Amino acid sequence: MWDVLTKSAARNIFYGGSLVFLLILVGLTAQSHNYVVNVSTDKAGLTDSVVRGKRLWEKHTCINCHTILGEGAYYAPELGNVWIRYGGKEDPQGAREALKAWMRSQPTGIAGRRQMPQFNLTDKELDDLINFLAWVSRIDTQGWPPNKAG
Amino acid sequence: MKYQTQKIAFAYFAVAMALFAVQVLGGFIAAYVYVNPNFLSELVPFNILRMLHTNSLVVWLLLGFFGAAYYLIPEEAEREIESPMLAYLQLLILVIGTAGVVVTYLFDLFPGNPVLGKEGREFLEQPLWVKLGIVVAALIFLYNVTMTVLKGRKTAITNVLLLGLWGIAIFFLFSLYNPGNLSVDKMYWWYVVHIWVEGVWELVMAAVLAFLLLKLTGVDREVIEKWLYAIVALSLFTGLLGTGHHYYWIGTPGYWQWVGSIFSSLEVLPFFAMVLFSFSMVWKRRREHPNNAALLWSLGCAVLAFFGAGVWGFMHTLHPINFYTHGTQITAAHGHLAFFGAYVSLNLAVITYAMPHLLGREPYNQVLNMVSFWVMASGMAFMTFVLTFAGVVQTHLQRVQGENYMDVQDQLGLFYEMRLAAGAVVVIAVLIYLYSIFVPRKGELIKRPDTAPTPAE
Ligand code: HEM
Ligand code: HEM
Ligand SMILES: [Fe+2]
Repeated sequence: MWDVLTKSAARNIFYGGSLVFLLILVGLTAQSHNYVVNVSTDKAGLTDSVVRGKRLWEKHTCINCHTILGEGAYYAPELGNVWIRYGGKEDPQGAREALKAWMRSQPTGIAGRRQMPQFNLTDKELDDLINFLAWVSRIDTQGWPPNKAG
Repeated sequence: MKYQTQKIAFAYFAVAMALFAVQVLGGFIAAYVYVNPNFLSELVPFNILRMLHTNSLVVWLLLGFFGAAYYLIPEEAEREIESPMLAYLQLLILVIGTAGVVVTYLFDLFPGNPVLGKEGREFLEQPLWVKLGIVVAALIFLYNVTMTVLKGRKTAITNVLLLGLWGIAIFFLFSLYNPGNLSVDKMYWWYVVHIWVEGVWELVMAAVLAFLLLKLTGVDREVIEKWLYAIVALSLFTGLLGTGHHYYWIGTPGYWQWVGSIFSSLEVLPFFAMVLFSFSMVWKRRREHPNNAALLWSLGCAVLAFFGAGVWGFMHTLHPINFYTHGTQITAAHGHLAFFGAYVSLNLAVITYAMPHLLGREPYNQVLNMVSFWVMASGMAFMTFVLTFAGVVQTHLQRVQGENYMDVQDQLGLFYEMRLAAGAVVVIAVLIYLYSIFVPRKGELIKRPDTAPTPAE
């Protein structure tokens, strides 16, 4: 079989086949894009504040210590479900205050403990960031993470 | 060196090697912070260290690919590079961009500025002006090498290499799209990250390996090029839909659990084919090439890529397993051996092969170079093993038992200390490697007996 396959046949299979798989990927991506925007994420809840929160998340490159939906760095806890871990579902106001207090009190400076920097966020910025994290926690992630620990 | 313009590769390799040193040093400091977390925590926090580590990795690997292309394309196309001036201009743009990145990260310049500030998605943190600079540099490069090939001899090696390099540039364009919806953002983020390392970079890897084996073994070009097409066909047939292994838990539809599991499991095949390919070419070799170190790195590349990408990738790619291991130290273990085996080793192989030609001297210091291979590969393998153990413990305690993240991390200290030790070994091996390729010596460390096979070309 290997001897029957000529170089030019191998080349044509490569170009033709790759194109087919690329087109399938593009098609599935288009369908998934539509699904994400309309079904699995909270379309109405994607407010300006949530988007501003996402930009703050990027501005301070939180992703290079934390994971979000399991992607990022492994130095600090998962934040895709931090809103739920802080009890945001049961007591949104309490969770918001607790998260603000947490971010304001960094770094702890405790010897031997991993440190999170102080980003000097204003109250409004903290609200945006928390709105972003709360929005992320509502994404339909097929049941991930396995438990609250994230 | 048959063509004058192959010399361009030297400048690319030199900058790449400087960044390689920065990368492993950055990794070493980050690993030290894991062990002693108060170190530098207010001056240069962990996230900045990690960005320096990963970004310098990606940039030097790309510089190595560009250098390899400038080295091998004249020989393949039987023609000088279209414009050496453009090639140096491209390098200048990339060096300015890299310097800009380092300064911006370290001193946190222009935070939040849409053009000058860092952008803050993993691996794609470069400020917009640097991203645009990369696009311009890539266009210059593609123009330069495509013109060279179009006017010269066209071989399967240059076809596949060019397709891979065009793919790198085209898929990088997705880095410019950053929507407000995190799930949509992630979908296209993987178009850059996954399709690079498990798609178009594999094309570059297979083409460069084919070139090296052609030169080192003297096996017939027809045979090598048929293998090449078969390997890259396997890469793209599996790797494109294999993107699905990142679409399990980010808000994308459930069918990706099947598409991703099936196609990404098959991604092992091209890596296995590269092992078969390189060993059978060496088995059938028609000459004894004097540069044994280059052959060692080439074979090492195929084998380590098979373990790092193939075996360690398969380990956590099925969705019922990934449900528990997603985003743990298992991922870090796999990331290290895959990048090291496939792309770091590939670059070190080409550089080991090309440097004697570029500097116009015998391939001496080979013994030292081969020592660096074994030390570096052992260091990286040990680092991968300890991170894998850390990841298994973490997965069990945190994902199965539900213990709090920080409490689990406190129990992993020993693994992080061993990772630091492995990192120190890798840093030493890198220094040995750099010495062996850059510093001239009067002769080989260990003399060959006179009965050594007579060298071919
Ligand atoms: C040379 C090729 C490869 C390289 C350089 C590579 C590198 C990486 C890196 C750096 C990540 C982490 C990305 C992040 O930051 O989240 C990753 C994730 C992953 N890789 Fe690979 N990889 C390669 C090939 C493969 C292959 C062939 C497979 C499957 C057989 C695979 C399976 C996975 C999986 C399942 C993940 C997600 C891990 C998670 O859920 O946290 N990789 N890879
Ligand atoms: C050539 C060798 C190396 C390569 C190719 C490499 C590659 C990488 C990559 C791709 C990541 C991102 C991980 C991910 O997102 O999955 C990473 C992270 C990291 N690397 Fe390396 N690395 C190398 C050497 C080292 C060395 C020598 C050390 C330490 C001594 C080191 C320490 C680290 C640390 C601490 C992280 C951060 C992990 C975290 O986020 O928790 N690396 N490296
Ligand atoms: Fe992947």
